[in-house]
Amino acid sequence: MELIRLSAWDLSIAAALVCLLALLSWALRLGIGRQLLIAASRSTVQLLILGMILKTLFAQTNLWLIGLMTLVMLAVAGYEVMARQQRRFQGIWGYGLGTLSMFLSSFLITLLALTVVVQVHPWYQPQYLIPLLGMLLGNTMSGIAIALDNLTRNTWEQRRNIEARLMLGHEWSQAISTIRRDALRSGLIPIINAMTTAGIVSLPGMMTGQILGGSPPMEAAKYQLMILFMIAAGSGLGSLTAIWAGSRHLFDDRQRLRLDRLARNRK
Amino acid sequence: MAERQTSLLAVRKLRTDFIRNVSLELPAGACLGLHGESGSGKTLLLRAIADLDMNTGDVRLEGVSREQFTGPQWRRQVGLLPAESQWWGDVVKEHAEHWSTALLASLGFSRSVLDWETGRLSSGEKQRLALARLLANQPRVLLLDEPTANLDTGNTGMVEHMVASYLQQNQAAAIWVSHDPGQLTRVADSRAFMDQGNFRLEVD
Repeated sequence: MELIRLSAWDLSIAAALVCLLALLSWALRLGIGRQLLIAASRSTVQLLILGMILKTLFAQTNLWLIGLMTLVMLAVAGYEVMARQQRRFQGIWGYGLGTLSMFLSSFLITLLALTVVVQVHPWYQPQYLIPLLGMLLGNTMSGIAIALDNLTRNTWEQRRNIEARLMLGHEWSQAISTIRRDALRSGLIPIINAMTTAGIVSLPGMMTGQILGGSPPMEAAKYQLMILFMIAAGSGLGSLTAIWAGSRHLFDDRQRLRLDRLARNRK
Repeated sequence: MAERQTSLLAVRKLRTDFIRNVSLELPAGACLGLHGESGSGKTLLLRAIADLDMNTGDVRLEGVSREQFTGPQWRRQVGLLPAESQWWGDVVKEHAEHWSTALLASLGFSRSVLDWETGRLSSGEKQRLALARLLANQPRVLLLDEPTANLDTGNTGMVEHMVASYLQQNQAAAIWVSHDPGQLTRVADSRAFMDQGNFRLEVD
């Protein structure tokens, strides 16, 4: 099956629909039109640039260039996690916690997938590495962001409870155990939902892409399954890391609750 | 040094961002009454002694510096009863490991109170049960922040009596914060006053 190429004209038809939605938002005073247009323009620019970058990366298969690319992806994902926190950690922790957790989970699991599961040669073959890592980063990003936001928000809201337990001589881990468990659970809910409805309600993105690209549906399904499992593992591992280190950092060496380590609430 | 060993709790140069240089000593069995306007730092002083807020200074229990304890170990020995108690579990029982029947009785409860839902406790019941829950740890020092604020006269008398006998039996000591001068004369054997983070012992 030959891939049908999209022309600029084809794309502008789809873009016109977004503009129409923005107009509607303006007419109904939803106040979201501006954001919508900015997001649409951002995705246009970002994806076109990505397309160009990938074109050169694929042509060269240079480990250093690929490494640089993955670091940029990680840096942006780390920023996104931080930006989604209502009460983020002060200082280096605000950025570092989410980024490090994503690095540990996504990079390790991508590496495992490339060397053990798919067995690509060389292992850093960018046609495999970049999309796999991108999907893992994108999903663990959501998971970690939700989990961390839950942790800090609930700790703030339940600070009296936590301190009451500290006053009674509970260990910090005991005092925050319920919050920590809830935060972890919330980080895993998106991927659990995705796996539950995969193939029934939604045709997952990667499978869609492969089918449009002409792959046999069974092969596409198998790749999609691998990705879903890896995302589940990545979200879990990443959330665990972030929640464990984050909850520890909410207390100091005297096991006092240190809410001053969180930034003020942002509107 | 000899002086330190006789006192159960010794606080020297305790400082936080609000409290200035508090030094005090409590012998076993003693109860220090603490008063002062709202916002004068009474609660913050108790929190600093329990090591719940950032602070500097030397605080010792029977001559042993608090750095020798972990935070939780220290707080089990130096128990703080906050003005408003918090109940995180569904029923009363979950909030302590060992509930003494005698202790509950001396606060006017039978053992069946342990199955009561925390959401349905009155403020007076919460206050008395919070004291029972704290004493379940058998702390050596009690930091009581307005422990009878929500109680009627009968229950207030019961709590005052109960704390006094606890201090006697366990050779413990207490700092009792109250706005009621009458109460402080009844429960305390010495008095102190807080004003804008400054602590002053009152000499009769």
